[in-house]
Amino acid sequence: MALVLELLCALALLVLAVLAIALGRFSSASRIVYAVSLLVTAAGFAVAVVSLVAMPASLTLPFGLPWLGAHFRLDALAAFFLAVVNFGGAAASLYAIGYGQHEAVPGRVLPFFPAFLAGMTLVVLADDAFAFLLAWEFMSLMSWALVMAHHRDSENVRAGYIYLVMAGFGTLCLLLAFGLLAGPEGGYVFAAMRSHHLPSTLAALVLILTLLGAGSKAGLVPLHVWLPLAHPAAPSHVSALMSGVMTKVAIYAFIRITFDLLGPPDWWWSVVVLALGSATAVLGVLHALMERDLKRLLAYSTVENVGIIFIGLGLALAFRANGLAAAAALALTAALLHVLNHMVFKSLLFFGAGAVQVATGARNIEQLGGLIHRMKVTSAAFLVGAMAIAALPPFNGFVSEWLTFQAVLLSPQVSEWGLKLMVPTAGTMLALAAALAGACFVRAFGMSFLGRPRSPAAAEASDVDRFSRAAMVALAVLCLLLGILPGFVIDWLAPVVRSLAHAQMPAQVSVPWWSIVPIAESRSSFNGLLVFGFIAVSASLAILAIHTLASRTIRRAPAWDCGTPVTSPLTQYSAGSFAQPIRRVFGTVLFRARETVSMPLPGDASPARLEVVLHDIPWEAIYVPLAAAVNGTANWLNRLQFMTIRRYLMLVFLTLISLLLVLAIWT
Amino acid sequence: MTVSYLVQGAQMVLVLSLAPLLTGVIRKIKARLQRRRGASVIQPYRDLARLMRKDAVLAENASWLFRVAPYMIFAATWVAAALVPTFATGLMFSWSADLIAIIALLGSARFIQALAALDIGTSFGGIGASREMMIATLAEPAMIMIVFTLALVAGSTQLSTVADFMLSGGPGLRVSLALAAVALILVAIAENGRVPVDNPATHLELTMVHEAMVLEYSGRHLAMIEIAASLKLLLYVSLIACVFIPWGMAPMGSDLSAYAVGAGTYALKLLAGAVLLAFFETAIAKMRVFRVPNFLGAALMLGLLGTLLLFVSGTI
Repeated sequence: MALVLELLCALALLVLAVLAIALGRFSSASRIVYAVSLLVTAAGFAVAVVSLVAMPASLTLPFGLPWLGAHFRLDALAAFFLAVVNFGGAAASLYAIGYGQHEAVPGRVLPFFPAFLAGMTLVVLADDAFAFLLAWEFMSLMSWALVMAHHRDSENVRAGYIYLVMAGFGTLCLLLAFGLLAGPEGGYVFAAMRSHHLPSTLAALVLILTLLGAGSKAGLVPLHVWLPLAHPAAPSHVSALMSGVMTKVAIYAFIRITFDLLGPPDWWWSVVVLALGSATAVLGVLHALMERDLKRLLAYSTVENVGIIFIGLGLALAFRANGLAAAAALALTAALLHVLNHMVFKSLLFFGAGAVQVATGARNIEQLGGLIHRMKVTSAAFLVGAMAIAALPPFNGFVSEWLTFQAVLLSPQVSEWGLKLMVPTAGTMLALAAALAGACFVRAFGMSFLGRPRSPAAAEASDVDRFSRAAMVALAVLCLLLGILPGFVIDWLAPVVRSLAHAQMPAQVSVPWWSIVPIAESRSSFNGLLVFGFIAVSASLAILAIHTLASRTIRRAPAWDCGTPVTSPLTQYSAGSFAQPIRRVFGTVLFRARETVSMPLPGDASPARLEVVLHDIPWEAIYVPLAAAVNGTANWLNRLQFMTIRRYLMLVFLTLISLLLVLAIWT
Repeated sequence: MTVSYLVQGAQMVLVLSLAPLLTGVIRKIKARLQRRRGASVIQPYRDLARLMRKDAVLAENASWLFRVAPYMIFAATWVAAALVPTFATGLMFSWSADLIAIIALLGSARFIQALAALDIGTSFGGIGASREMMIATLAEPAMIMIVFTLALVAGSTQLSTVADFMLSGGPGLRVSLALAAVALILVAIAENGRVPVDNPATHLELTMVHEAMVLEYSGRHLAMIEIAASLKLLLYVSLIACVFIPWGMAPMGSDLSAYAVGAGTYALKLLAGAVLLAFFETAIAKMRVFRVPNFLGAALMLGLLGTLLLFVSGTI
């Protein structure tokens, strides 16, 4: 029943996409389309939440390959990711009811938005390789169309091209992985893959292919290069969907294949996953720290969070390979909780970035500043999102990272030396990434919203429409709720974790005061509700006491600035200067950052210049040579087109001879 | 049960009332070591009272965040300090936040403080915030590594449990704990902006961090920030005392005399911490800001080494 409803939702979104093409001419089309997709995704979310605890249901429809049909299945894992997809979709639709009004050519966005949502829904529901890959490609193409919505911008065209290449590469890897999983009998239905286990070399190959295929969509280093280009190029509500939701669909694909279809893991798999996750987390956030484009900064921070999720998944694999079911359940819960949390705060932050772009027309944080005075709601919501993504209590990002740390602390129980060394290193990298995220979001929020306006547009900004504000406030409230009452979500996740790890975390809601206790209270516990309560009470007490007993007068005066205030807003600390200490500490090696200062000669009135050069090492070391090699080969093969007839005949003859030789040797 | 509440309440009042005293004592000892007479040890209380009575002067473009921040910083730091066992283990609410959460609470306070520093849009605030966050990106991972070492030895990240475990003499002398102790002291120096990382006595040189961030604050807002800084220093001294020299702390459910002993030994530990810090700060010179990464890198490596040793063998 629930499965049918979810499929109907996907169908409704597809119909809506077709209608949007027809409606595109009317001025109110944008509101109608987003309002309907809000309703549909809200229904889909409700059904997914309820069906998470229900028994798995499956259904075969007579589409697709004639001998196969299209298989769909709704189990706990699919229900969780459906909830994430639909919630993200609903939030984006609500935001877009207002934000979509600013679209210059709505016809380039409206039909693809619901189709993109439908594609993601179908990926999660698919239960055979054919339906999965078809939905996956559909999802990629629809998001590509959205990336190309503003196609006159040459940067967007480049982003779209790189995205298309990477998406094709990812699908190819997944295709090969499913081919190996299906085996020589061609059992393309997931149930058949689940029932037969591959030999360990083939299983390892499937893991590598899955890491390439799903990892390229999720943004694992070094396959992340398309992500910071393509996600910001789309309109902001689509950026939120791509960053907050589509990367989660990729993570779903990884979990589905490695945890569900592939059978028992080898221990060294987890070393690979942990190493990739750690590198992704740290490199992602360092890139974000160097970035000046607000939306691209957020996209890099998505790379970081994907790394954090993969660290959790790697830990779960390590524990599973060692037969530690309870520990695997903890690590998996942490990863899934971070999937949910990241969807919430990353959508919120992208909505904020979109609001800033609408209000000021700028995405470069060097041109913003002082928006907290003019965009009160947006700035407050963005602040909550920034604190949540920096893993600070009492918001939700902290809870999932705390659980990951608790899982790391269980790792002395694993027996392999490789893991014993890898896990603490991954723990350090996680802590480093969290601390760097703090710096990154102080910079992002501080430069955009605080200080004095650095451009006339920032000085005259005003807050956005009420739908956009409503979406942001709702997500900000959710960040707090998930942070102070995570026990309810952890218990809700229990069926998902049980189906994959064969164990679950202890029930949390029944713990007194709604603490979360991963293993035992003597070991570790955290109570966001109490911590939040304590902070709120002691802050109010301090305010009350001081305002009644001491002074409450306020005087306004020019800024003190050590007695030498300079009025030009250009003298403020800029985003570049804020990042300079961290660039010096980490960037000299990781980005080969070089600074050159050119001072004018004495008496010369020209300004001094500071030039900073950063290198994107994965791009320069892998992609540029690869592209050059492809180009070179293509040029070389191009000669095949300009030969005389004699040579063509000779080629045909040689091919024939060699094929005959092959046949002769073969038999 | 009621005892636990009482201990918790006493702890909250104790840390708040002792924190300025600790700062005063350190200043006094430092002054004597520099052959100055120095202000009285209760001078910080007088300063706070004076600041609270004064008008708060706000810059013209200060936002609501600038006004709210001091109270948030104070509240987060106070809650964190109240959860580190000082004279007795068995705090009523010690389970509401373990050591990782306490560190994260201090992280929240720092986040807000750095934002408040950027709010006015002066270059002093920017330089302070930027450097503070750079130091934090190195100090926080080091701190997490120390937590890992402690948690692997004691089997818990709950400070009360860790303190009980250390008190019972369970671990004995361990290399990993020694490494963690050194790392924790390095982190504590950096986190509190003490010499050689930052100089708490000045804000007029270009190596400043904390004092530059609070330059625009005045009146009651400055008082809140000052008291939060004192609380943070007290927190770190208590943390080192609680984990590495837990002797004298009253375990849960002991009688009144044990609590008196606990309070007495705690006072002695604070005094010892103050003397050591004052000697250290007098003996050493402030380092350039880009030497700080080496300083904290050493702490990070020591913490990682301690953790790795424990992964290699549970008894080292």
